Amino acid sequence: MNYVYFVPLFPLIGFLINGLLALARKSYSDGKHPLKSLVSWIGCTSVGLSFLASIAIFFELLALPAGERVVQKIAFPWILSGKFHIDVGFLLDPLSSVMILVVSGVGFFIHVYSTGYMAEDKGYARYFSYLNLFTFFMLMLVLSNNFLLLYVGWEGVGLCSYLLIGFWYEKKSAADAGKKAFIVNRIGDFGFALGVMLIFWTFGSLNFSHVFENAPHVLALGGGLVTAITLLLFLGAIGKSAQIPLYIWLPDAMEGPTPVSALIHAATMVTAGVYMVARCHALFLLAPVTMGVVAVIGAATAIYAASIGLVQNDIKRVLAYSTISQLGYMFLACGVGAFTAGIFHLMTHAFFKALLFLAAGSVMHALAGELNMQKMGGLKKYIPITFWCFLAGTLAISGIPLFSGFFSKDEILWKAFSSPHGHFLLWLIGVATAALTAFYMFRLFFMTFLGKSRMDPQVESHVHESPKSMTIPLMVLAVLSVIGGYSGIPHSLGGSNRFEGFLSSVFEHGHSETQAAAYHAVSTEYLLMIISIVVVVIGILVAHRFYIQNLNIPKRLAIKYKFPYRVLFNKYYVDELYAIANGIASVVKGLGVLIRKTQTGYLRNYALSLIFGAMLILVYYIFR
Amino acid sequence: MTYQLLLPQIFLFLWAILIFIIDFVRKEKKHNLAYVALLGIVITTVLVLTSQKGELFGGMFQADSFSAYFNLIFLLTGFLTIASSVEFTQRLPSNKGEYFGLILLSMVGMMFLASAGDLLTLYVSLELTTIPLFVLASYRKDEFKSTEAGLKYLILGGISSALLLFGISLIYGLTGTTFLTEVRTTLIVRFLSTGNVGPALVLGFIFMIAGFGFKLALVPFHMWVPDVYEGAPTPITAFLSVASKATGIAAFLRVFFHAFLIFQVDWVMLMAVLAALAMIIGNIIALLQTNIKRMLAYSSIAQIGYILLGVVAASSRGVSSVAFYTFVYLFANMGAFITAIAFSHKTGSDEIKDYAGLSRRSPALAAMMAVFMLSLVGIPPLAGFMGKYYLFSAAIEQRYIWLVVIAILTSVISLYYYLNVVRQMYFQTSTEESPILMGAALKTALLICVIGVLLLGIYPNIFLNFANQAAMVFHY
Repeated sequence: MNYVYFVPLFPLIGFLINGLLALARKSYSDGKHPLKSLVSWIGCTSVGLSFLASIAIFFELLALPAGERVVQKIAFPWILSGKFHIDVGFLLDPLSSVMILVVSGVGFFIHVYSTGYMAEDKGYARYFSYLNLFTFFMLMLVLSNNFLLLYVGWEGVGLCSYLLIGFWYEKKSAADAGKKAFIVNRIGDFGFALGVMLIFWTFGSLNFSHVFENAPHVLALGGGLVTAITLLLFLGAIGKSAQIPLYIWLPDAMEGPTPVSALIHAATMVTAGVYMVARCHALFLLAPVTMGVVAVIGAATAIYAASIGLVQNDIKRVLAYSTISQLGYMFLACGVGAFTAGIFHLMTHAFFKALLFLAAGSVMHALAGELNMQKMGGLKKYIPITFWCFLAGTLAISGIPLFSGFFSKDEILWKAFSSPHGHFLLWLIGVATAALTAFYMFRLFFMTFLGKSRMDPQVESHVHESPKSMTIPLMVLAVLSVIGGYSGIPHSLGGSNRFEGFLSSVFEHGHSETQAAAYHAVSTEYLLMIISIVVVVIGILVAHRFYIQNLNIPKRLAIKYKFPYRVLFNKYYVDELYAIANGIASVVKGLGVLIRKTQTGYLRNYALSLIFGAMLILVYYIFR
Repeated sequence: MTYQLLLPQIFLFLWAILIFIIDFVRKEKKHNLAYVALLGIVITTVLVLTSQKGELFGGMFQADSFSAYFNLIFLLTGFLTIASSVEFTQRLPSNKGEYFGLILLSMVGMMFLASAGDLLTLYVSLELTTIPLFVLASYRKDEFKSTEAGLKYLILGGISSALLLFGISLIYGLTGTTFLTEVRTTLIVRFLSTGNVGPALVLGFIFMIAGFGFKLALVPFHMWVPDVYEGAPTPITAFLSVASKATGIAAFLRVFFHAFLIFQVDWVMLMAVLAALAMIIGNIIALLQTNIKRMLAYSSIAQIGYILLGVVAASSRGVSSVAFYTFVYLFANMGAFITAIAFSHKTGSDEIKDYAGLSRRSPALAAMMAVFMLSLVGIPPLAGFMGKYYLFSAAIEQRYIWLVVIAILTSVISLYYYLNVVRQMYFQTSTEESPILMGAALKTALLICVIGVLLLGIYPNIFLNFANQAAMVFHY
């Protein structure tokens, strides 16, 4: 277990070295400079080593009896002040071990991919130093054994995300998107920070084990305090994981380099909210109101974002809305008490969404940066590896049986229906979202890879498959997207759901899951499964009809149903909400202008203000 | 002989005189006196660290862990100020040498103040601190704004001294003594016999708070701050914003926690309101600033609001968090000012928009500035986060939830203007490509600040220990 220190340490070292290398040379855009290969090596091996350490930890945990798979490792005492004690400490349990595997594993392949994707960029070393730093903070986030250290990771990944979204600062849209992400996230973080403070106020400690063990004794089930705490924490999760209403930053975040979108805005950072809710399940389960809020917001976000995805033409934006929608699924799972299912979907989603983003990046690479799907088509014959990998990802996210997404999504749908926290309507929304997902993903797939080419001739003449450094990570992730679900084959399908078994010791409070199975017959589970497969297949067939067989249908529909189409195309006009946030900012500024008026520059006024202040205090005392 | 307790102060005073003498004798290269002054500070630091604890003159002078802690703050700030003044003094047409002597003299005043166990000692050392600063603020005699800054500071400082003195005289009139310990016992006896302490004491509080409020730049006593900070030479602004504030904090803690803690119901709520005002007003106006010195001036007004959270807590953890945050604030704020000094030496500009593209011109400088800004916001794992967390939790412990809500909310506002600097440096382009060159002294000072910001965030325990010891001086 002592490897755990190395898990975050390696990326930190990688950041330090790459950071120095970034300071050392102004530009890394020139071919094969030795320092440049050093950057690649440091960047990739640091994360790779931390992946190896994570694997070792995973097997060590597995070797322990199921009940004893909780290990705390203290690196050093962080704050020692009387009874006020917080360590830089790591909590190793099945949950964190799954998370570090996903973060370092997927992270490693995205690092490798980046060596190809970013090869021409002059900020090569800067890019890798940020990416390493991000990995470090993300690992700290999931490994922390207390709220304060988790908060460090939480803010740290946000900062790296900000720096990486705005990485191509020459593009004004990129710099603006970075700012938007940071500011919107601060609204969530405000809630999160308050929640943490309330926890400290209630428990006098921020240590996970202390808080969670004492929670049932200190907090009343369904009481106001625990509801407030969990709602505040969830506000943080809403911001970080891009749920309604704070999701608006994520589509814009696509201005960053594509591997960044894959790593930060699909596979890892945005799932931090889900992780945090799952980690705090002991608190959330005490607050049924919050659980309801989590489930409803999750379900609403899932279908809402999926509906926007139906009509977008920018390949990365479709994937961005799809990410928001899939995160909604994960919160739906958490909200109905199926934390295992949520984390399971988090993992499979990390595989297939990272794959889809990287494959999209490979498409962009082939088409000299083109993002508009209307200018693609027929790419299958030019970039076959990307094509096959993308297909695997599309099948997985659509929930086709035998692919990873099927198992995780179906488990969520089943729990949404069967859990005591669940509801038929939640299930219905989930199934509808599944149909929409299948439709927009295959729309994307058909428009990009099949049919006739709609490319500019001069672009078409240069289309090429990406280098090995990019295609190999694609292939690995494609394999994972296919088989990643086999760890969680449900009992009803003859599997043993080892994933759930592994995580069950963490979520022992979530008895609801086992109870649920008792209430409902296996036949119901089969029926629901078949329904969801049918709607998915219908979704795919419709997409096929629209975008392969008869290309006129979507156009006719867009004209016939002009209003709904415009609403979806313009994302429900919600980006204007951000204008409201900006409006608040200008109100605050206006207030500032007013107050500043008192700052006249005249000495006599300043002198007066001193006396006036003293008088004011006097008045305060008189009327106290 | 127990006068050993005074050794650091006496030594630094003599060293200041020595600098004046050398300045008088030497004809050229007087800016090198900076190194002499630095040496003096280093020696004094050693003396402080090795000095004993005790009291002199019947308790007028207290050498304890509290004074040692704040002395270290003053010495470090002075060190950083002088190190970042080398190039500034080099460019001065005249009076290069006495500049350093004046800074040292002001520091002597601060060091006496941190040990004050008596209201008169406190007042006199406060004057010794401030009078050299009047001169230093107006040091650029050729610049209108600098002279204006000095004059405004002088006159308003005079008024605030008058307020403070009036407060002190009221306390003296009530108790017949100026010794803080005796003030305390007399007031308790009176309270026990009559059931209240009467309105005169409250009046004394008011005038003392007004007097200290000027030093601390509390709203509404903050008006002088932006003008003086902008006009004064930037190293002096840095010194004012950190050392002078720390002086105010030390003085306030000495008086109110030593003598008046039992009557906290009479002033703690007021301090909570003042803290809220400072955080709200300071942060909102800082949003509008386009000049980095003015922005930092308003930000320092807001920062003092956060520090007051620990005062409001009125507990040993509260005082410890105040002491700790003063160090946190020292590193981040000095760092930001030193960056501004380096930047304006090269470009002649203090405008934030001119920082555009700094990350390409001088990546290391930009990275350090980003660290200072993020620390001032309170982004983990930097010192500012740790400091704010410590302050907030001290306030939470005493159930001041509303105040902590305001503090967190205004931190979100502050993000906007601190981050604006980062945004300019990293996400804006400029045609200017030439790097910002710095002398060795400036580089060292910057490095000390950045290490401090990182160390206090990642491994704060050493400082927390000292801060806890400093807080143990008072009886809660």
